[in-house]
Amino acid sequence: MKGYEAVIGLEIHVELKTASKIFCSSSAHFGAEPNANICPVCLGLPGVLPVLNKRVVEYGIRAALALNCEVARFSKFDRKNYYYPDLPKNYQISQYDLPLAQHGYLEIDTGNGRKRIGITRVHMEEDAGKLVHQGTVTTTPYSLVDYNRTGVPLLEIVSEPDMRSPEEARAYAEKLRSIIQFTGISDCKMEEGSLRVDANVSVRPAGSQGFGVKTEIKNVNSFRALARALAYEIERQISVLEEGGRIVQETRTWDEGKGVTLSLRSKEEAHDYRYFPEPDLPPLVISREWVEEIRRTLPELPDARRERYMKEYGLPAYDAGVLTTTREIGDYFESCVRLYPRPKTVSNWVMGELARLLNATNTEITASPVKPEQLATLLKLIDDGTISGKIAKTVFEEMFNTGKDPQAVVEEQGLVQITDAAALKAVVEKVIAANPKVVADFKQGKDKALGFLVGQVMKETRGKANPQLVNRLLKESIANSDN
Amino acid sequence: MITREDVEHVALLARLELSEEEKQVYTEQLGKILEYASVLNELDTEDVPPLAHVLPLQNIFRADEVKAHLDPETVLKHAPDREGKHFRVPRLV
Repeated sequence: MKGYEAVIGLEIHVELKTASKIFCSSSAHFGAEPNANICPVCLGLPGVLPVLNKRVVEYGIRAALALNCEVARFSKFDRKNYYYPDLPKNYQISQYDLPLAQHGYLEIDTGNGRKRIGITRVHMEEDAGKLVHQGTVTTTPYSLVDYNRTGVPLLEIVSEPDMRSPEEARAYAEKLRSIIQFTGISDCKMEEGSLRVDANVSVRPAGSQGFGVKTEIKNVNSFRALARALAYEIERQISVLEEGGRIVQETRTWDEGKGVTLSLRSKEEAHDYRYFPEPDLPPLVISREWVEEIRRTLPELPDARRERYMKEYGLPAYDAGVLTTTREIGDYFESCVRLYPRPKTVSNWVMGELARLLNATNTEITASPVKPEQLATLLKLIDDGTISGKIAKTVFEEMFNTGKDPQAVVEEQGLVQITDAAALKAVVEKVIAANPKVVADFKQGKDKALGFLVGQVMKETRGKANPQLVNRLLKESIANSDN
Repeated sequence: MITREDVEHVALLARLELSEEEKQVYTEQLGKILEYASVLNELDTEDVPPLAHVLPLQNIFRADEVKAHLDPETVLKHAPDREGKHFRVPRLV
């Protein structure tokens, strides 16, 4: 992308974790039988009246405050007209010119330090139903519709076009997910569709101020896919321009399998949503008292927690960042540190072995078979010399697979560390006898040779020997053999 | 006022198929309606804030509670087409 600069803005939809839908009393829960959670209002039957769910506004304000937005004093809903069978009314109730909140920001970490990304607006709207196609939308003979999701509350969060690379876009989306997830208003699960990302991207000559023609990318189902789709699209736009072509403003879909973006609409279909004020819903007047009341319910947010981890626990910025990706990871870490107050050691285990096994088994940290108390106990067993650090990993894996306490695993498998010099002496002698060449190297000053001998002793004892003790015994035995 | 292209555009958005005669009729009729309403443009609205709602109401909420759903079978029975528990619709694009 030599000589060019990308300009990226993201529109992120999050589904709110309310019990009922935004304008009716149907259940908003995911996973019911098709068309089980429907009523006359969300089906758009004639003569029905939508009534706003108060919790949606509370959640919206909570998100707006967490994203440093100004909450509107006066806000209203509008009808966005479009003809598609996922919305039976033929319009979506959304917000147009007077959204719930505007002018916010969040901060991301880039290679060049922190960067502030502006948030243009946060507004409330209803979700559409789910369409099921046979194959793709363009080749299916017909489609099936499930209206359970119709009317589930959504927040649409629109960023400023402040991102300049796929990595920045990904960092923004991940940070936004962390913040929203911390506020407890949404599960923010991309794979279940409770967080969806659409990206607007254009390119321009590096250093210029104007904007190029943008395209919108849909259908990115993971943060990784977002970065890949943007990287592809940026290269595609540059190639078109380099060959003397023009970018067409259009919606493109990301094809994960092929790793390309494809034009979703062959001809330019001018969107004409004909927004107008929703006559069925009276406007909102949001008092500052209400806003402050909601502000007091805000939990500690990711940035504040990250700072605290660095200050209070002396963790490096990287560790503090990883541990505050979700509230649950931080909670796990803190529970463990309360019982075993060496934060960096706990951090290494949570980001290392625990994260590895959770990922490999696709397990949420809240469902981890190893509880924070058990990890703390394991770490104490290393400190008091019961087991070696190396064996601890084996014990941890067994704990993870069985849910057993560390003491039980250590006893059952006979993994107690050998700290008895007499018991190790024989193995040490045996290793020295079997490796005369290495011993000679060590005597000639090759310190590395000792490491090899230690390794051999550890192997003979299946990792149970105390390494410091082995070190000492080897040196002593070799020195004695000289006399 | 209203052109034939306007009528074709609105018809497309509403997924209506109009004959040539109908386009002619609606161009005239919609034009007359707009002309009738245009009398409002004579009012000076410089200092009048836009009206968000005609009723003097605000902050009408319901509590976040789940109540009875419709029986899916009853609803699907009235649909033009169905497949199992889904509504079935023609291809979209």
